[in-house]
Amino acid sequence: MEKAVLHLVNNNRNNFENKLIEYKLNLQPLSIDTLQVNITLKCNQACLHCHVDSSPQRTEQMSKKTIDKCLEILQNNPQIKNLDLTGGAPELNPHFDYFVREAKKLNKHILVRHNLTVTIDGDPTTKESKMYLPKFYAENSVEVISSLPYYQEYFTDKQRGKGVFRKSIESMKMLNSVGYGNKNSGLILDLVYNPVGAFLPASQESLEKDYKAELMKNYGLKFNNLYTITNMPIHRFREQLERHGTYDEYMEKLITSFNPSSALGVMCRSLLSVSYDGRIFDCDFNQMLNMQVFDGKPITVFDFDYEKLINRNIIFSSHCFGCTAGAGSSCGGAISE
Amino acid sequence: MNYYESKDLGRFAEVGKFKPELMDKFFDYYNAAVGTEGALTKREKALIALAIAHFKPCPYCIDAYTTACLENGANPDQMTEAIHVAAAMAAGINLVHGVQMLNVMEKHGA
Repeated sequence: MEKAVLHLVNNNRNNFENKLIEYKLNLQPLSIDTLQVNITLKCNQACLHCHVDSSPQRTEQMSKKTIDKCLEILQNNPQIKNLDLTGGAPELNPHFDYFVREAKKLNKHILVRHNLTVTIDGDPTTKESKMYLPKFYAENSVEVISSLPYYQEYFTDKQRGKGVFRKSIESMKMLNSVGYGNKNSGLILDLVYNPVGAFLPASQESLEKDYKAELMKNYGLKFNNLYTITNMPIHRFREQLERHGTYDEYMEKLITSFNPSSALGVMCRSLLSVSYDGRIFDCDFNQMLNMQVFDGKPITVFDFDYEKLINRNIIFSSHCFGCTAGAGSSCGGAISE
Repeated sequence: MNYYESKDLGRFAEVGKFKPELMDKFFDYYNAAVGTEGALTKREKALIALAIAHFKPCPYCIDAYTTACLENGANPDQMTEAIHVAAAMAAGINLVHGVQMLNVMEKHGA
């Protein structure tokens, strides 16, 4: 089985790498600015498009020992300026608060991929309340990056589950009330749009205008930036495409929309992704596909080597077309307009 | 056989197999009119195209412009209003011909 998967990965890899050759692009790492750490696969939601396959049933958690190792890497490598925490809902790792506080002491810029609803829902298994999160984020100057797939209820609930839109609005109000989204507060709240189906995102700039106008008009809400992200055709979203018989059509759309300018800015050139068990990957998508750096000779946070990692070859496969289609897609939204 | 296969839309350019210069002129015009930002945004143009796709029931166009509306940030309310405009126009175009009916009735002294 594993051999068959590897064969598929290799075939797909050629597909993307051939495109890079066609455009004479050499995508080597440029820097390691960001350590993106996936600290839990547990989530209070189970979204249709989730490439992590997260849900309340997942139990994978990063241990404190691995978190301490990540902190040591951050301390010893001043080139790494950002800690980007993701999951699952990262707040459902029992050491989440500790990780944030300790990284703050190291003067790192902390970003949290916060799904908004976890504040209202709390921990789905322990029932622990998470209502303290907005204040906690403000105290630690965390940049909050929150998924809100649309400024209306219909698309949001269709993708993320019934009631998610209302809870997200309630949670945004709490973030606004402690200063998030207010330009003078220095507290940044960014929203993330991703299409509710097999199509590419609209222009980030035009959607941001719509989101700002509609959320202010209907709910009095403020935020800083909107990031548009393309759905990655892996795991749960791929299964959805296959159920609808649209996988091939979607892949063709991604491939024909290949944009060399977007390719030059792909996020894997400036970050490293760490899994809950400490393994290191080029990005969160490669992590979910188990495509480890150094192609079979994996490296973990316990044998972290900056020089070796900055000189690695990034591993590409067909899903990489998701980051290079049209205006591009990254954890920071569109790459080129 | 289904006359409308969605994959056939991708073969549109093959209509230029003969007299290609005519299709080239058409595509240049089509792309300039529909596919670019101008006095109207691409989103507004996609909504107009979606309305026309329903007015002249064209499965290819409904497929293409539903996607184009979504990829240009139109929301379901805007898309639905656009096809109601098309439907209302179609009804109005039928009903306004009732004036012709009335004219003929008057001619007959009815």
